[in-house]
Amino acid sequence: MDSTSDILTLAFGASVLYLLYQMRSFRKFLGAAGFRIELGIKVLRRLHHLPKRRRWFLDQLFTSGIMNVHVVLLVGLFVGMILSLQMGIELARYGQQDQIGVIVAASMAREMGPFITAVILAATVGSALAAELGTMSVADELSALEVLSVDRVSFLVLPRVVALAIIAPFLTVLCNAIGILGGGFVADSQLHVGWSLYMDSAIEALRTTGEFVQLPKDVFAGLFKASVFGGIVAIISCSCGLKAKGGALGVGRATSHAVRDSIIAVIVANYFLTWILYQN
Amino acid sequence: MPPDTEPLIRLEGVHKSFGDQHILRGLSFDVRRGQCLGVMGGSGSGKSVTLRHVIGLLQPDAGRIVVDGQDMAQTSEADLAALRRRMGYVFQEGALIDWLTVAENLALPLQETTNLQPAEISDRVAHTLGLVHIPDSADKFPNQISGGMKKRVGLARALITEPEIVLYDEPNAGLDPRIARSINALIRELSDTLEVTSLVVEHRIDCLKAVADEVIFMHAGVALVREPIETFFDPDEPKLKEFLGV
Repeated sequence: MDSTSDILTLAFGASVLYLLYQMRSFRKFLGAAGFRIELGIKVLRRLHHLPKRRRWFLDQLFTSGIMNVHVVLLVGLFVGMILSLQMGIELARYGQQDQIGVIVAASMAREMGPFITAVILAATVGSALAAELGTMSVADELSALEVLSVDRVSFLVLPRVVALAIIAPFLTVLCNAIGILGGGFVADSQLHVGWSLYMDSAIEALRTTGEFVQLPKDVFAGLFKASVFGGIVAIISCSCGLKAKGGALGVGRATSHAVRDSIIAVIVANYFLTWILYQN
Repeated sequence: MPPDTEPLIRLEGVHKSFGDQHILRGLSFDVRRGQCLGVMGGSGSGKSVTLRHVIGLLQPDAGRIVVDGQDMAQTSEADLAALRRRMGYVFQEGALIDWLTVAENLALPLQETTNLQPAEISDRVAHTLGLVHIPDSADKFPNQISGGMKKRVGLARALITEPEIVLYDEPNAGLDPRIARSINALIRELSDTLEVTSLVVEHRIDCLKAVADEVIFMHAGVALVREPIETFFDPDEPKLKEFLGV
């Protein structure tokens, strides 16, 4: 009896400790989410500072855009080829391989293009942003800016967020295009679907215009998503960098959190954006 | 030092802990307008933490920090920014922005907080770089200059806005004796001629002798000794004797 009660007491104690730990983690999560939302709002309220920050904005466009074009092209090409191959094999069973173009084009434009671009930006630019701002934080540079009454959000965060929100749709266009072309190459060479049939069906699939905007819906919805994803990646990465402390270890932690949290946030945002854009 | 002027900076019973480390334990002292007060103490005694409280980078757990009549904990963000524009802070490692040149680092506070024209800013940058004896470093990036030069650029950046109060976190660290002497002379000159109020955290006795009117000795989070510079290095307090090795 005594031992049973001891075990129960121990189990109860462990449960309380576990709950307390979870509450602490939850509080931390809420704190981080609140900081990021606040940072996003501050960026929006400072958009009119952008002309003053054009030099850093253009720098950021170059480093996050031009420097990543080859990565986006390579990954986009292979994703299109994989999609085409996987779908083609299944569709061939039902004699429907002529639909490959439709599926690859729609998948790339709606989901894969924006998502892959966002993941690449999180891994390359997001990690670099977090490391850069994190290093500034641990080297007292952020404190120096505060002491000098320099608005850190306007000076550091705004140009980075706007640059990523603008460059992400451009990279997505490249990713979509190369993915569709890669899919066509596989369809033509391995699945015996003619190149022109593939391209005709791909273009036809992207022709459907939206209800409110008279542009191909899959294309503009995908580009809108890409822009939002770019902004999310930049805000989360900057927030991780700004909050970094504790020397090199803290910078490393901030960098890994930036990539992890950016990808999670992009996936969650992707669901809600898809729901909003395609629910009808 | 102007005698018997009102305190410009006042710390009243300041407590600060980081986790379970109780760094400041009721620290109280004041700095009069135009005075140059040295702060000495062992590592971890809370000297840099004190400076960070004075400029509002840290908030005390208990107690008050009053700068020019304004309680730093109660001041609005806008008032704090306005107050900081009247203050300069020399960081231990310089804390220069890596991706800006030396000249851009110096110009930054002027571009962000004043309406000065670019030509005026350039003139002031050149003049201030001359004051700290590095006139030829304007176009270099921080990673292209030595630690001592970074320190001097940090000092120049703190002085370029012509502040009324300057807080120095070990201004002589990493400097060779010749440059250290010239920096000390500059700190003293600012205090004597422009009545800049200075708070100087420093380990080096020669620096404090050259710049300070009075020195406080911090131990275990409190100001244990406060003496004029003439008598500080001939102490009665055993802890200070032990620290100075006299």
